[in-house]
Amino acid sequence: MKVAYWPGCVSRGFTPELHGSMAKVAPLLDLELIELDRAACCGAGVIAEHNQELADTLNARTFALAQQTDGELMMNICSTCQGAQAECQERLDANGEYRTTINANLADEGLTYEKGLTNKNLLWMLVEEIGLETLRAKVTRPLSGLKVGPFYGCYIVRPVDRLGIDAEHPRDRYMQMVIEALGGTVIDYAGVYKCCGFPIVTMNMEASLKMAGRHLGDAIDADADCLVVPCPLCHLNLDLQQPLAASQVGRELGLPVLHLPQLLGLALGLEPKDLGMSKHVVKPTSVIDWAASVVAGAPA
Amino acid sequence: MPEYLLKIRRYDPTSGHAAYWDEHAVELSGSNSVLDAILKVRDEVDGSVGIRCSCQQAICGSCGVRMNGKPGLACNTHLQEAADRRHDGDGDARPVIEVEPMGNMPVIRDLIVDMDAVHWKKIQRVTPYLINQEPIPEREYIVPHDAMVDVTQTMACIQCGACVSDCLSMEIDPGFIGPAALSKAYRFVGDPRDADHFERLKDLSEDPHGLYDCTHCFNCIDACPKGVAPMSQIMRLRRKAGTDEEITDRNNGNRHEEAFSTLVQDYGLLNEAELLPRSWGGNSWFGKFHPDAGRVLLKSLPAIIPAVLRGKVSPKIAMFGHKLAPDDLQAVKKIFTKVEGRDQRIELNLYVSGNDSDDDPTPVAVGAAAGEDGAPADKSPTFPGPGEASESASSESESA
Repeated sequence: MKVAYWPGCVSRGFTPELHGSMAKVAPLLDLELIELDRAACCGAGVIAEHNQELADTLNARTFALAQQTDGELMMNICSTCQGAQAECQERLDANGEYRTTINANLADEGLTYEKGLTNKNLLWMLVEEIGLETLRAKVTRPLSGLKVGPFYGCYIVRPVDRLGIDAEHPRDRYMQMVIEALGGTVIDYAGVYKCCGFPIVTMNMEASLKMAGRHLGDAIDADADCLVVPCPLCHLNLDLQQPLAASQVGRELGLPVLHLPQLLGLALGLEPKDLGMSKHVVKPTSVIDWAASVVAGAPA
Repeated sequence: MPEYLLKIRRYDPTSGHAAYWDEHAVELSGSNSVLDAILKVRDEVDGSVGIRCSCQQAICGSCGVRMNGKPGLACNTHLQEAADRRHDGDGDARPVIEVEPMGNMPVIRDLIVDMDAVHWKKIQRVTPYLINQEPIPEREYIVPHDAMVDVTQTMACIQCGACVSDCLSMEIDPGFIGPAALSKAYRFVGDPRDADHFERLKDLSEDPHGLYDCTHCFNCIDACPKGVAPMSQIMRLRRKAGTDEEITDRNNGNRHEEAFSTLVQDYGLLNEAELLPRSWGGNSWFGKFHPDAGRVLLKSLPAIIPAVLRGKVSPKIAMFGHKLAPDDLQAVKKIFTKVEGRDQRIELNLYVSGNDSDDDPTPVAVGAAAGEDGAPADKSPTFPGPGEASESASSESESA
């Protein structure tokens, strides 16, 4: 399946292992990625709170570029992009006059956004486009015995109406379904649907780190070997900032946090190093037996 | 009639005993409300169950509780709807509904929380009344009709506290003013008759637990039974405070937004290495040399050092960031110049404008779900949106 691929900014900046692991995993999932390398930052909700029209225009430009490709739909690998773009798209699709105004901002480049783009995070792709049965069949290294805590973050689960979460599309259960399909054990803990704290890290660092620290601690108490996140910003607060979060909450943490494509890659037989797992601040030693390059606890 | 297993969280802080689950089988139709079930138990089985309720029509806002993890009004939540939220049956063949008191507020007894201790204190904090413009007219203030449309969404609030219950910022920082009170603040900041727009915005921006303490978790939007979308109101307050009034606050809130926007304007993509130092030290490349930025960077060394050592962040990205190709960057800069150069900021609120695609048989793609922030109150496809309408009306009324 060919998709217009929006990697976002952070996956090519401070979490390069995310973009890298997606590139490795894509062919194994029969995904052909047409990278939207001309598109700008989605604004992460911050530009929208500064100037709504600006955020809507930048994302309309991205959508228009996606519509110029021959991809079947647009795919992203960042929850924050998913949520911020869905919010802009909701306004663009709801009001024709507004859409015309925004498209006028793109006229210089000859770009136009046509209402009705489909934009799906990799997580949604796995369940709705690729299918769990197909995914299960592709697993060569089942994550047997690996206890994985899903951490959704906010932008991919709320608001439910905007994100199209309903009985037919239980997108707030997809992480659990994918972990199980890969052979892992799902760990339920208090932080599954909570906020990592990243959006307020510059305004209230103490609260931000407390959020990260509390969720990590809850997952450890629930006996998780690792967390998996569909959002690089969550990864920044949960992995990169984990040493600071540990000091803030006054307990040892040391819980590895994996990007979704990394977890997929492990189960699909890729080597941890190729998935950039050596780049994490918290070494994923509880996930990987580095000597044998297999998932901890799993027979090779 | 189906049978539901109703599990009520019981707790009496004066008893010295811990909270416990009180289970009752309730035979009611799935379209009965959760409140119907609670009252049936109270009336027929145990009169000591504590629940606060009155109108039973989703107007008085008394019966806020958490039902299978989600806050809302017990009187307008169907039993089956609440039961469907559970992903496991708790080992019981019957549909299970766990009813708990709302969060972030102390429990008085069972399902009754102390709204005075948290919710009403926070409402009082935002000066929840109109401060008249002088001179006070002999009769009523006359304002253009459109000017008040903008605040109708916040006026829909019935003070039930559901948004407060699940605010994830307040959970960590109980001092946070929170979604209900900040929505109430917008109700007056957006009201053209109020005299103290600037002072209100300045006050909320400077409060360390104020405008910039919201973490964008969207919980309040999903919690609200009235479509108030408190988080959207907080973002509107931020636009008014930061972009329109240019209030630079001590919490780095506006500086963070400014730095973010400037970086995207200059690079096309977010340059993460610059964002933090600029938010603290000022919005330029030299921001990182400001003592405030230095202090934060120093504090962050336990994260920065391993990140650099493990090759997570390449020195090139850290120093220079990543950039779009020149033609695309030029196009992005032009967008910034055009949009930010407008005399009046454009804002669209779908709560007011409605969704013109509701009349359109063309299916909207997945991920582009219709209807924002709750049910549209009014269906008018007119654009510009209410944000602009009220802003222009606001200046009209000020000159009146």
